[in-house]
Amino acid sequence: MASAVRTVQQRRVFRAPTVTRLRHWSLRGAAITYLVAMIVVPVAAIVTKGFAGGLDTFREAMASPGAWEAISLTLVASALAAIINAIFGTMLAYILVRYRFRGRGLLSAIVDLPFAIPTLVTGVMLVAIYGPNTPIGKAFGTVGIPLMFSQIAVLLALCVVTLPFVVRTVQPVLLELDTAEEEAAQVLGASAWKTFRAVVMPAIRPAIAAGALLAFARGLGEFGSIVFVSGNIEGRTKTAPYFIFQLTNQFKPDQAAAVATLLFAISFVLVLVTSRLVRTERKEAKS
Amino acid sequence: MSVVLGPPRLVDVTPGGEEMRRRGRRRALVRGAIVAVCLLYLTVVLLGPLVGIFLSAFREGLPKIGETLTSPDVRHAFFLTFEIAIVTLLVTTTFGAVTAWVLVRHRFVGRRILNALVELPLAMSPVTVGLACVLLFGRGGWFEPWFTARGIQVIFALPSMILVTIFICIPFVIRSVAPVLEELGTEEEDAARTLGASTLQTLFRVILPNIRWGLFYGIALTTARSIGEIGAVLIVSGMLKGQTETATIYVLTAFEERMDAEGYIVALTLAAISIVMLLVIEISKRRKIKEVMG
Repeated sequence: MASAVRTVQQRRVFRAPTVTRLRHWSLRGAAITYLVAMIVVPVAAIVTKGFAGGLDTFREAMASPGAWEAISLTLVASALAAIINAIFGTMLAYILVRYRFRGRGLLSAIVDLPFAIPTLVTGVMLVAIYGPNTPIGKAFGTVGIPLMFSQIAVLLALCVVTLPFVVRTVQPVLLELDTAEEEAAQVLGASAWKTFRAVVMPAIRPAIAAGALLAFARGLGEFGSIVFVSGNIEGRTKTAPYFIFQLTNQFKPDQAAAVATLLFAISFVLVLVTSRLVRTERKEAKS
Repeated sequence: MSVVLGPPRLVDVTPGGEEMRRRGRRRALVRGAIVAVCLLYLTVVLLGPLVGIFLSAFREGLPKIGETLTSPDVRHAFFLTFEIAIVTLLVTTTFGAVTAWVLVRHRFVGRRILNALVELPLAMSPVTVGLACVLLFGRGGWFEPWFTARGIQVIFALPSMILVTIFICIPFVIRSVAPVLEELGTEEEDAARTLGASTLQTLFRVILPNIRWGLFYGIALTTARSIGEIGAVLIVSGMLKGQTETATIYVLTAFEERMDAEGYIVALTLAAISIVMLLVIEISKRRKIKEVMG
């Protein structure tokens, strides 16, 4: 009996290292192959195609009509949407964490809706209520403000789609934040606004920045919701992603790749900066 | 000498009762105003549009809805959408879980680069993803000769549509499983091993039960995203009617062909599916947070 136990143990001791090492390497190999094949190869294709001929392809692409307008509209609308959602997102996160009221759980779920609803459906929803044939759309139309198929529509769609980002980055930080300091400030006679500005704001500022950057990066690439509401009018409501789509359909994949590289480089840097921001924040919170 | 200890002299720094009450009322007012402003914003960007699509879809009555959803084109579109979603789910879940494991538990050169790679699809416009697929498998693409020689149609067919959807969904499972794995640590696992459990036993009895909600959260996000994807799929599908038309593409073409009623109905169906997914997401997120907190 005793010897049987020993042999089993010995076998384990002798076999384990090779088996473990084999398993170790096959897992690591699978992970690396997966990421390289699925991510590195496509990205490499885009970058090499777009810049095989130096900057010439890019210049050619930008010479086509409405190119600059499309890119600047995308940049400006994404920035505006990020700012708007930074403000409302912070307020939403604050009331979700600090206030107790009925329907709070429902409100929290509603904030996540844009992540779940297909972006195209978001666009359809906006047209269904603000389109030119609806009462609201007509009312605004008579005042001379077309809500849909205009630049306002682009901004509105981006606001919907990027709504959750700031809320979701600020919320966990607020949860971690000790309410004692806020209470102290209030007891010492600070107004609600002053308490927020002097005590809460410094703690959540990196999170707001992170959320807004993510929203901006997402806005740069947004296609599904905008394609439906903007009308894609050249020089007015055409956005950069639609421009890339157009170039691809016109059998100019090189030029499309050049523009795509620019757009994607901007947002990748933003996403990396953001994940660094969030990570350092988390470390600070832990220590 | 005797020291008389009198009651300590209190310096009253707090405002009086009346002042306090007034401030309390003001605070309640501010609170109400903030909640009202937030609700107004949500109504403008989300709730209003949701009501709008409901009204538009039901405008022509229930028979029209039934008729639309049972028409062969729509049925085919949903079938294709689910087909893509299921394959995407299988691939990103298995490989995503393995990748999360490697990124959290292994230490090797280049791990940080891999970590950054995972974020990459989040930065890419769906249109760019579709374009990459065209560049790889389209005419003159890197892999086009190989597949053409074997008679496999990739672009303008199901394979490319699945590939782009997988690319877009890669981060979800990895990013929702990794933090849970990190918090979990290796204690329970080591205990199981020490007690003589095999690798499979450890995996199914210790690790999977511990990370299941994180995994579930990632799966729910992936499902929602893969059902709703349009930009990338639109480019690689070639929009062949009745062949490569997914549910989202159906909505887009329906409006282009002035079949607004059908468009609204299918769009509402997609919204309904994603709202159900959202409920799953909310539940698993709450469980996941509990998992992380222990």
